[in-house]
Amino acid sequence: MTTTDTRPAGVTGDQAGPRKAARPGRPGARLARATTGLHTLVFLAPMLVVFGVFSWYPIARAVVMSFQRTNLVTDPVFVGFANFQQVFADPLLWTAVQNTGYFALLALLFGYPIPLVAAILMSEVRRLRGLFSALAYLPVVVPPVVAVLLWKLFYDAGEDGVFNTVLGWLGIAPIAWLQDANAVMPSLVLEATWAAAGGTVIIYLAALIGVDPSLYEAAEIDGAGVWRKLWHITLPQLRGVLLITFILQIIGTAQVFLEPFLFTDGGPANRTLTLLLLIYRYAFTNSLGGDYGAAAALSLMLAVVLAAFSMLYFRLTRSWSS
Amino acid sequence: MAAAANDRGLLAPTDRKRASVRWSTRALHGLLLAVLAVAGLGPMLWLAKAAVTPTQDTLRHPMALWPGGIDLANLTEAWTRVEIDKYFFNTIALAAGSWAVQLLVAATGGYALAVLRPRIGRYLSGAVLATLFVPSVVLLVPLYLTILDPPVLGTSMLNTFWAVWLPAGANAFNVLLMQRFFANLPREIFEAAKVDGAGPYRLFWSIVLPMSRPVIGVVSVFAVIASWKDFLWPMLVLPDPALQPLSVRLPALQQFVELDVFLAALAISSLIPIALFLVFQRLFLSSAGLGGAVKG
Repeated sequence: MTTTDTRPAGVTGDQAGPRKAARPGRPGARLARATTGLHTLVFLAPMLVVFGVFSWYPIARAVVMSFQRTNLVTDPVFVGFANFQQVFADPLLWTAVQNTGYFALLALLFGYPIPLVAAILMSEVRRLRGLFSALAYLPVVVPPVVAVLLWKLFYDAGEDGVFNTVLGWLGIAPIAWLQDANAVMPSLVLEATWAAAGGTVIIYLAALIGVDPSLYEAAEIDGAGVWRKLWHITLPQLRGVLLITFILQIIGTAQVFLEPFLFTDGGPANRTLTLLLLIYRYAFTNSLGGDYGAAAALSLMLAVVLAAFSMLYFRLTRSWSS
Repeated sequence: MAAAANDRGLLAPTDRKRASVRWSTRALHGLLLAVLAVAGLGPMLWLAKAAVTPTQDTLRHPMALWPGGIDLANLTEAWTRVEIDKYFFNTIALAAGSWAVQLLVAATGGYALAVLRPRIGRYLSGAVLATLFVPSVVLLVPLYLTILDPPVLGTSMLNTFWAVWLPAGANAFNVLLMQRFFANLPREIFEAAKVDGAGPYRLFWSIVLPMSRPVIGVVSVFAVIASWKDFLWPMLVLPDPALQPLSVRLPALQQFVELDVFLAALAISSLIPIALFLVFQRLFLSSAGLGGAVKG
């Protein structure tokens, strides 16, 4: 009993029993419990302070602020639903909703099938799978700002732009990637997909490798070919992960900021003005001082919609991991 | 670990022996490898080449395989005259501080909730978990105002690194990851250590932390990479250019630096994350898989 027992599996309930039984009878047990509480508080303190000041309090403040007129000079005044009315009366709101929806839709069209196909092919690779994974994941580790600034150069509208040079080889006329009102959003989504797809590939790959091989064997005994196995076993087995990446993508794309901000700053003619860019403009680029109330009101509405998706995400991951 | 258990996937071992299947999978894999190399590696190779190419060559023949001349001075010029070194060290300081705060909060909080188990622990876990459902967009404005006028402190944290470090610590995912990991450690070891006279601090420092290297590694990777990627938040709270990290400074630099030097600056900025990825590849890829599998 005197040696430190660090064998994880060697200790049985019988051995642990007498120790527990000995505890309540010890003199000074109450004092011990009080100091234990103090120690616990010491360990909890960093979390309580950091979450309290930088998470719980700002969340509560976001709700309060959306009903207030706040500037940093005078005390905030309660204005009821005036901020919400102001946001709804802003014609740019509907532009931003449409643009954000369009971005999310394109991101699904580009970013959903490609990683799935890549991951299914990669799951059959026997040698050098690490090389495939590393190549697929490399864009994810490139800092997003570097990626956007680099792609901005690639998207140069002149004949000597990087992408337009490649198009020239194929005999295609140059495209004004970021200036053309119809090309600009697909251009943004193309870069965003390039930057994010690798992460999705790795998630799918992990799920594919986890598929029980006996399912495939059983299907083969029934005479199923590759396509039928793919349709009746692989895809149904991936159902959960596919739903999770879908929800994650909705939550991510609804808050897209970096691409529209750095590529076009919402242009041309507000074609890439997204909800987050609008919130940013309300709060931080208003020449009359930040309209924090309107920004908080719009953030809150967006958050309520997204929280529903997060909740669904949590329920799914919890039921999957347990 | 699953890869070792499954030596087969969609294709049956008998299929693999058939020549037609073998050749078509080989062709598909070759094609995939080519596409991945062009899409994944291509832009970075282009950047590496452009970083040492004179501006005029990059502008006139962007897709030329070999530059007309090599201009290594781009790199030194970016590092010294454009002061990329300063922004580089700012980035490292921000990443290191965010990492330390996140690890401190997550490890101590996770330990208290999972091992010491206070009576209000359930409610605290719930309050931490609840923040996962709150999209980051909500925090933008109120957190900014909190930085301008923090409680108790009385002085603005604007233009201090603390404005980035401390909010980074309020990361529910880290706390829950640590809590779950600690809760799955065998409790018999804690009981044995207590019998041998170890208090809660010793238990934390000498037993729980050394046993938790895997989860500490995962949280560290997430923390450093997230900090290196961050743009909007440091842009808001560090308006002073002398304090800004690379991500915030690069877009502004584009306005007044020649193209070749600017591209050299972009290349330098990507160096550390890519190097970290190449060294800790396995950790990166398993963490990425984790995002989809066991979050929450």
